[in-house]
Amino acid sequence: MTHATATMTAPSAVPTAKTRYKSPTVRGRLPVLILFLPPALLLFTLFVILPMGEAAWYSLYRWNGYGSPEHFIGLRNFQVLFNNAAFSTALINNGLIILASLLLQIPLAIWLATMLAHKIKGAVTFRLIFFLPYVLADVAAGLIWRFVYDGDYGLFAAIAGFFGVATPYVLADKNLAIYAVLAVIIWKYFGFHMMLFIAGLQAVDKNVLEAAEIDGARGWQKFRYVTLPLLGSTVRISVFFAIIGSLQLFDLIMPLTGGGPLNATQTMVTFLYTYGVMRMQVGLGSAVGVVLFVICVTLAFGYKRIFMRHD
Amino acid sequence: MNHTYGEAPLRARHSFTVKHLSALAAATGMAFLLSTGASAAQTVVKWLHLETVPAYVQVWEDIARKYEAEHPGVDIQLQFLENEAFKAKLPTLLQSDDAPDFFYSWGGGVLKQQSETGALMDLTGAMSADNGAWVKSYNPAAVKGFTFGDKIFAVPYKLGTVSFFYNKALFEKAGVKAEDIKSWDNFLDAVKKLKAAGVTPIAGGGGDKWPLHFYWSYLVMRNGGQEVFEAAKNKEGEGFMDPAIIKAGSQLADLGKLEPFQGGYLGANWSQTLGIFGDGGAAMILSFENTEDDQRTHAADGKGLARENLGRFAFPMVEGGKGKPTDTLGGLNGWAVTKKAPPQAVDFLRYLTNRENERIQAKAGMLIPVATGAEEAITDPLMRAAADQLAASTWHQNYFDQDLGPAVGRVVNDVSVEILTGQMSPEEGSRMIQDALGLE
Repeated sequence: MTHATATMTAPSAVPTAKTRYKSPTVRGRLPVLILFLPPALLLFTLFVILPMGEAAWYSLYRWNGYGSPEHFIGLRNFQVLFNNAAFSTALINNGLIILASLLLQIPLAIWLATMLAHKIKGAVTFRLIFFLPYVLADVAAGLIWRFVYDGDYGLFAAIAGFFGVATPYVLADKNLAIYAVLAVIIWKYFGFHMMLFIAGLQAVDKNVLEAAEIDGARGWQKFRYVTLPLLGSTVRISVFFAIIGSLQLFDLIMPLTGGGPLNATQTMVTFLYTYGVMRMQVGLGSAVGVVLFVICVTLAFGYKRIFMRHD
Repeated sequence: MNHTYGEAPLRARHSFTVKHLSALAAATGMAFLLSTGASAAQTVVKWLHLETVPAYVQVWEDIARKYEAEHPGVDIQLQFLENEAFKAKLPTLLQSDDAPDFFYSWGGGVLKQQSETGALMDLTGAMSADNGAWVKSYNPAAVKGFTFGDKIFAVPYKLGTVSFFYNKALFEKAGVKAEDIKSWDNFLDAVKKLKAAGVTPIAGGGGDKWPLHFYWSYLVMRNGGQEVFEAAKNKEGEGFMDPAIIKAGSQLADLGKLEPFQGGYLGANWSQTLGIFGDGGAAMILSFENTEDDQRTHAADGKGLARENLGRFAFPMVEGGKGKPTDTLGGLNGWAVTKKAPPQAVDFLRYLTNRENERIQAKAGMLIPVATGAEEAITDPLMRAAADQLAASTWHQNYFDQDLGPAVGRVVNDVSVEILTGQMSPEEGSRMIQDALGLE
């Protein structure tokens, strides 16, 4: 966006500056810019910039969504938010999800990818199987797993019944529920990361690996000192997707637990929905949106700046 | 989902189960068929409801077709939204061009908020015309429930009451007699006896939260009576910090300590809860007047408990409480009309809730009618008992979570579950509700 505005304003700038930009390429590009920039700019402003600004504005009001916001309360919504135990749980859960993604999901994905990147028998089938959960709609996956975990009629009940032990109600246990959700998240998204790594691995130059072998590198050494560094940019992008995806997690959780029991599985977005939308506290909901936005933007730009500078 | 309520109460809220999905599919399918039948030259009346029981929707369809036959040029279209989706979508919907002409309402704080925004039609004039011929056709308490200031904002159509339902066979097995449950202590004893006999005492829907807020609500009503609750609601006196309300909380915590609910109840939504009861998996359920039909719909075999096996008793008294045993908690439902609705919508509502049509709905077991002279059409004995209880009610209180409005109401639901599970002390719970009310 910053690019676009810069280019846009350039032609109308002071004459001296104008001469500087009067290169044939710019003159040739101008009609194209005038023709193609406004639609994108308009849509972006209308559907991204404007709603963001509105959310920031609403977050300063106590407003139930009817009419227009009139009751200005300053930063009160943010104060309420940070004193809310459920929101703290949501922040912690978002952190947990990021951790699980980084420490379990991505290593798992890399491990599977190293096995499936080679042309071994059945590799394509396995890739497909592992990728399948990702293709499922989040809500469908959530419903399936709700049934799997169900303590009365679900798969867990059947397994527990088979072994003759008491059925665990994992989704109803406030200490276990979040781990049950984490398991589903990992199951759902590892295939996506695996595909990224397979693509990355296929781009690794075979000659380098061969050279390492000739130099006497063994399996793990080859992976640690050759494959992994060459996979660096893929790992960085995969981590980036995992973090942003974790922060925005919503549609998998709603059918699974709806944020319960006792708010044990809230994330920031389910919190926003439960407390902002369902309770018609649009002001408070907007405040959550603002916090989420700030966290996402900080992480995204910070991460890009620090880790993805050279990619 | 059927009926009702918001997060609260009513039964309405179910989340998705396979059974449920098929009901949704049926209901939406019907709505779709209907809408495709519309012709452009007609006055279209859009009716937004939450009903998931196909037989009930059919009753409405029949009434609508009958009305259309008598009034050529009117096309009544039933539109369905799932309970939770309805509540989430309504604020936006009401302010859009796509607003329904009339929609389901639980009255209370939510309707009041809607009325204050100017999105609703003031029905006072229409209903009081001809010396109030229309308004006089209803139970006055029902109309009062939809009146704010001196303006009427919804056409009433049904009354409801929450009471205990029990499985007679399981009570017998544990040697518990429903007639003996007069006080809260009797009730706790019954729970202990049932547990000792290896029976799950109560089916509870902790996942949806509102099914459990009935316990706290009734305990508040029994301990404090009308005066204390209304003072708290109107931010007078000690509000929700009143000792009677805190006592209600500690009684709720006592119940929680007995672990009276089915396994995994904190994750169970309302349909699953009804299913557990219908499958004979728990001895009691604190539920709506039409539980008999509901437990059948949600039972695994589709049949549920036989009518002879079902009993009903009022929420017990508490020692030294100021409330009366005849005070009732329950719903009052109506149809709110939006500002831009055509006059035909209002006329149809009068038709839908006239004595004859209320009788048809009562006969189908859908509701306890608000139209005077329609209640004798109730044939089901359990519905009859609910209607009699309502007729003798000394104070009928709307569901707390509806009455207190969406924001405070949901805090009440949260707090009820937290007190019950021992996550929060009764004082902390009261404080939280009081704080939420302070923000209103």
